[in-house]
Amino acid sequence: MVAVAAAVVVGAGAAAVASNAAAAASPDGADALIALRGVTKSYGEGGTAFQALKGVDLDILAGDFVAVMGPSGSGKSTTMNILGCLDVPSGGTFLFRGYQVETLNRDQRALLRRRYLGFVFQGFNLLSRTTALENVELPLLYRGDEKKARRELSMAALEKVGLDRWWDHTPAELSGGQQQRVAIARAIVTQPDVLLADEPTGNLDSERSVEIMELLTDLNRGGITVLMVTHEPDMAAFARTVIHFKDGLVERIERNHHQGQPVEGGA
Amino acid sequence: MLGTTFVLALRSIRRHLLRSFLTTLGIIIGVAAVVTMVTLGKATTAQVQQNISSLGTNILQVRPGQGFGRGGGGPRPPDFKPEDVEAIANQIAGVSAVAPQAQSTATAIYEGANWSTTINGTTAAYFQVQPWPLAAGRLWTSQEESAGKAVCIIGNTVRQNLFRTGRAVGQRFRVGAVSCDVIGVLSTRGQAGFGGDQDDVVIMPIKTVQRRFTGTRDVRLMLVGVDQAYSTATVQAGITDLLRERRTITAGKDDDFNIFDTKQISDTLSSTTTLLTRIVTAVAGISLVVGGIGIMNIMLVSVTERTREIGIRLAIGAVASEVLLQFLVEAVVLSMLGGVIGLLLAQVAIGALSALGGLPYLFVPEINAIAFGISAVIGVVFGYFPARRAAALNPIDALRHE
Repeated sequence: MVAVAAAVVVGAGAAAVASNAAAAASPDGADALIALRGVTKSYGEGGTAFQALKGVDLDILAGDFVAVMGPSGSGKSTTMNILGCLDVPSGGTFLFRGYQVETLNRDQRALLRRRYLGFVFQGFNLLSRTTALENVELPLLYRGDEKKARRELSMAALEKVGLDRWWDHTPAELSGGQQQRVAIARAIVTQPDVLLADEPTGNLDSERSVEIMELLTDLNRGGITVLMVTHEPDMAAFARTVIHFKDGLVERIERNHHQGQPVEGGA
Repeated sequence: MLGTTFVLALRSIRRHLLRSFLTTLGIIIGVAAVVTMVTLGKATTAQVQQNISSLGTNILQVRPGQGFGRGGGGPRPPDFKPEDVEAIANQIAGVSAVAPQAQSTATAIYEGANWSTTINGTTAAYFQVQPWPLAAGRLWTSQEESAGKAVCIIGNTVRQNLFRTGRAVGQRFRVGAVSCDVIGVLSTRGQAGFGGDQDDVVIMPIKTVQRRFTGTRDVRLMLVGVDQAYSTATVQAGITDLLRERRTITAGKDDDFNIFDTKQISDTLSSTTTLLTRIVTAVAGISLVVGGIGIMNIMLVSVTERTREIGIRLAIGAVASEVLLQFLVEAVVLSMLGGVIGLLLAQVAIGALSALGGLPYLFVPEINAIAFGISAVIGVVFGYFPARRAAALNPIDALRHE
């Protein structure tokens, strides 16, 4: 385990600069935080093989707020799994912070997730019968923080999502919106570079959804790169960059020219 | 990492208290059963050995009849004659002393108190073949013995029931039709190996008992002391030959008397109780293994049920070995917790059962340590398979699991 950790030590500073994000693929992707080149992904083998990705090129700059859209089966979820280092491409390369992620093994990818990524899911995915604080603490436990540091960082994260007064409540005692906020606190407590959100508002009513999106926008302004899968244009409108997938390829990339606020009437 | 895993495992156990308890129930019962059985077995063995050695070692008991509790049928074999006693004492090598005994029962009366007890007539040799020191008073003299004087040495139970807290030596009390002087009080011996209070006895010179109680010169029982230098088996064989001859038992016929070697009985009973203890322990051990399988069962169910949780942990950045270790530690902590509870339960059970069975309370450190160790090992062995299964889960599938 120690050896694996050493393999993932990174030279470059982690400060993500909120720049004018460009999602168009530059030739080498050198200045991008995330760069996909010719990424393919197929499931199954032989005649029954299904090609979910057919050669995706994509650059995501540090500090961007990206919404990924597309019909189901378009490859957006597969792309998110690869970007989240949960899955590896079948072909092509995936560069993240200088690592060729496709060459890393399971545990090395787990350590990348631990250090640089935060996840928010549609179904919140909090541990049941566990207080908000303990849920938020979880990544810090795996990181090996001391109890005091864990508590302070977790409370700070809960404060950021406005739930510090609810720290001792279990998910069952929280509303859906609150649960998602706890999940977001858990995702940002390690101060990751990238926050991956998979339909974060899918289980929420529109009012709560807007609150969650405003929270994500806030976090993005604070420097976190946000990647979000959504199929709701209203939610995508919060993003600066919207990537449309179709049939396993990037169909088009849109830019919303606003400062993190949705343009009235949609993008 | 182990510290973290420990925290995680404890939290997860706390989250599912009832399930955790049910999981450990098998271990609790298994450990409690093993420890209780082994301890009670040891206590019984010790008790039996102590009881038998209280009869004295290197002693042969010679009785008419063919063994303990001989059933009915046929005429009762005759008692021994005083001449038999003489013959054994004089003709067999290795015999240090022979104490004949004539027994009767009678009610002892002193002032208002009366007490039904055993009258045991014997000679001074009785106190040579077996160590039974006096707590107070003296033995009878050889003159008193040969004259058949009404002098008594009483057991502690008789003393308590007749004289309460008062002084017994020098008092005169009635036993049956005899008025008897107390010359000595025996020290306490306690329960005999086969039940019965050894202290509930009045000992008098054999002549007195023969004359005033049994009415014959017959001897019910002989205690034969064997010299340390001789083997009890040789002496036993010598006595058998001599008695067969004296009782004119023709070759091919069974003895109509029996000789018990107390040491042999002690050994036999010890090995029997030890064997029984082992058998019962083996059965209890099986329950411990079943308890382990119970842990594996629940852990496997728990891995399936917590698939999504494992997915969350993996997504958050847990490496496979951490997930494996968490489930393993959970299993080990559960089984060790079960072990501790089982040990406590065992002490309670041992206390209750030994009080019920009149056994001394015994704490055997080794067996407690071993049972606890086994419970930990069971946790590792039966926790590993489910833990490996959890660690091998694919995070994407695990997160999608409903």
